[in-house]
Amino acid sequence: MGSSRKTEIFVGAFVLLALLAFFVLAMNISNLGSLGSDKGYTVNAQFDNVGGLQPRAKVTLSGVSVGRVTGISYDKETFRAVVTMTINGGVDYLPSDTQASIYTSGLLGEQYISLEPGAEDEVLAEGSAVTLTQSAVVLEEIIGKLLVSFTTKD
Amino acid sequence: MSDFFVTIRDLYFSRGDREIFSGVSLDIPEGKVTAIMGPSGTGKTTLLRLMGGQLRPDRGSVIVQGLEIPSLKRKALYQARRRMGMLFQSGALLTDLSVFENIAFPIREHYSFPESIIRDIVLLKLELVGLRGARDLMPSELSGGMARRVALARAIVLDPTLMMYDEPFTGLDPVTLGTIVSLIKELNCSLGMTSVVVSHDIHETFSIADHVCILSEGKLAAQGSPEELMNSESEFVQQFVQGKPDGPIPFHFPAEPLEQDILGKDMSGKSAL
Amino acid sequence: MILNFLQSIGAYVLDAFASLGRASLFLMQVLMGIKDVLLRPRLLIRELYSVGVLSLLIIVFSAIFVGMVLSLLGYVTLVDFGAESSLGVLVSLSLIRELGPVLSALLFSGRAGSALTAEIGLMKATEQLASMEMMAVDPIRRIVTPRFLAGFISLPLLTIIFMALGIYAGYLVGSVWLGVDEGSYWSQMQNKVEFWHDVVNGIIKSVVFGFVVTWIAVYQGYNAMPTSEGVSRATTNSVVYSALAVLGLDFILTAIMFI
Repeated sequence: MGSSRKTEIFVGAFVLLALLAFFVLAMNISNLGSLGSDKGYTVNAQFDNVGGLQPRAKVTLSGVSVGRVTGISYDKETFRAVVTMTINGGVDYLPSDTQASIYTSGLLGEQYISLEPGAEDEVLAEGSAVTLTQSAVVLEEIIGKLLVSFTTKD
Repeated sequence: MSDFFVTIRDLYFSRGDREIFSGVSLDIPEGKVTAIMGPSGTGKTTLLRLMGGQLRPDRGSVIVQGLEIPSLKRKALYQARRRMGMLFQSGALLTDLSVFENIAFPIREHYSFPESIIRDIVLLKLELVGLRGARDLMPSELSGGMARRVALARAIVLDPTLMMYDEPFTGLDPVTLGTIVSLIKELNCSLGMTSVVVSHDIHETFSIADHVCILSEGKLAAQGSPEELMNSESEFVQQFVQGKPDGPIPFHFPAEPLEQDILGKDMSGKSAL
Repeated sequence: MILNFLQSIGAYVLDAFASLGRASLFLMQVLMGIKDVLLRPRLLIRELYSVGVLSLLIIVFSAIFVGMVLSLLGYVTLVDFGAESSLGVLVSLSLIRELGPVLSALLFSGRAGSALTAEIGLMKATEQLASMEMMAVDPIRRIVTPRFLAGFISLPLLTIIFMALGIYAGYLVGSVWLGVDEGSYWSQMQNKVEFWHDVVNGIIKSVVFGFVVTWIAVYQGYNAMPTSEGVSRATTNSVVYSALAVLGLDFILTAIMFI
C-alpha cells in the first residue's frame, strides 16, 4: 500500500495548493479582502452630467476609497442623471450636506466620485440623497468656454 | 430443455449489412466440453458475445441457465455474468495491475472479503494454472502463454458455472498449447463447469470436446461427437475436418467470373471511358 | 451540383446530431456511476493523481512564463501612456478572465485529455473493457466515471493555481525587474478585480471547460476503433475537438459574463 499512500499525499498537496491559490485570489488579488462582508448603505445623487462615469467606479473621501458606484440611470422627472452608490458600512459619519463631485484621475484616467463632507449634524444613511453635486468636467465644454473667453477678450 | 445448459433458437444477427447468423439453433449440454467450430469469419466469437450479453441479436433467443439473456435488464445481466467466465484470445489482463491483483480484481469488485481470504483464493487459483510463483509480475512481463494462463485463473476465480474460451489455442508454442488443452479438460472435470470452446484447431479441439458444433454461412452446418464428425459422410464436414483447400467451402471470396472482371466493359462493347 | 452540395451539408449536419446524441447518452451512463465512485473514493484519488497532479508541472511552467510575458508586453505598451501603474490590473484581469481558464483547458486537454483517451482506447483495443464486462464489472462505472470526475475536478483547481502563479510571475517581472511601483501594482489590482464578477466567473469558465474537455476525452476513448490506428486517431480527435470546443465556448461565456 506504499504507492497508494504516496498518491494520496500528492493529491492532498495538490488540493491544498489549489485552496491556497484560491485564498490568494480572493484576499490579495480581488477586492473581497478590502470590501469584505459588510454590506454598506446606498445613497443617491443627481448630476446634470455624469460624463464617462461607469458603474463600479470608486467613491472616495479625500482620496480614500470608501465605496463604489452601483448604478447609473436617468430620472425623467428632474431630467438629471441619478447615480446610486454604496458606501462602506464603517463610514457612517458623513454629514447630510456632503458634496459629491465627479473627477477624473489623471488626464486620461477613469472617472470617480469624490465626496467632501459638509457641516450638518445629521448623517447620510440608507436611501439618503446627496443634494450638493458637481457634474463631470467634459473636455469639449472646457474647450468651448476657453474659445468663448478668448473671443470676448478680443 | 432442462438437459441443456445453453439453448439457442433461431438466432439472427447482422453487423451493418453483413448477415452473420441467419437462423442458428443449437444446444450446449451441461457439464460437458462443447466446441464451436467453423471457418474464420463465421461469427464464432460473436456467438460467445451473444451468450455473454455483450451483443444483442436481431431476432431469436439465447437462453443460458434458464435466463433469456437478450431481454435481461442491466442489473440482472450483470448478476447473470457473475456465473460466467470468459477467456479472451488476448488474455485481456488489466495492464496496470499485477498478476495477483488481476486475479483478485473480480473478488474485490463484488465482495468485501478480508485480505487473508482474498489471498487464499487467489493463490489457489494461481496454483491451479501453475503460476503461483509469478504473482508479483506485471502483465507486460508475461509471455503470451503465461498471460493466457493468468487470464484463465482470473476467469475461474468466481467459480463460474459456464466457462467460455475464445480461441484458446491460437498463437501458442507446443508445450504451452498442451498445458492449456489439459487445463481446460481438467477444470471442466474438477470444477464441474460447462465449457464452450471456440476454435478452428481441429486436432486440439477434437481431443477435448464431448460435443462439436460446426457453423458455416450463418447456419449450424453439422453437430455431433468428434467421432461422429470424423466419420461423417457430408462433403462439407470432411473438407473442414481434413483441411482440404477447396470443396463446398469455396477458396474464393464471392466475385463475378474472372474474365468478366478483367475484360469487363469491353465485352459489352462499350468503352470504359 | 447544388443538390449534391446540399445533400452533403445535410448528411454532415445529421451525422453531427447523431454523434451528439450518442455522446449525450454516454454522458448519462457516466453520470449514473457517480454514486458508486463516491462510495469508493480510492478510485477517484488515483485518477486525481494521474489527471491532476501529473498535469501540475506543465500548468506551473506555463503560468509563470505567460505571467512574465504578459507583464513585459503590458509594461512596454502602458509606459507610453504613463499608465504603467495599471500593469497589475492588466496582468490580473487578462489572466483571471481569459488566459487562465482558456490556456489551462488547452494544456489540460493536451496533457491529461489525450492521455485519458489513449488509456481508455487501449483498454478497449486490448479487450480489457470487454473482459471487465464479462467479470460483471461495468467498465463505464469502474473505468470511465472516476476518470471523468477526476478531470472535471482537476481542471478548475489547476486553473486557480495558474491564475495566482501567473499574477505573481507578472509581479516579479513588473515590479522587481522593470521597477513598477509595488504598491500601485497590488492596490490598483485590488481596486479593479471584483471577486464575484471576475474571479468567480473565471472559475465558472474553467468548470465548464473541465466538463467538456473530459467528456470529449472519455467519449473519444470509449468509442475508439479497437485498433492502434483507431486509438491514435481518437487521441488526435480528442485534442482537436477539445480545443475547438474550449475556444467556441469561451467566446459564448465571455459574451454572457463580461459584456
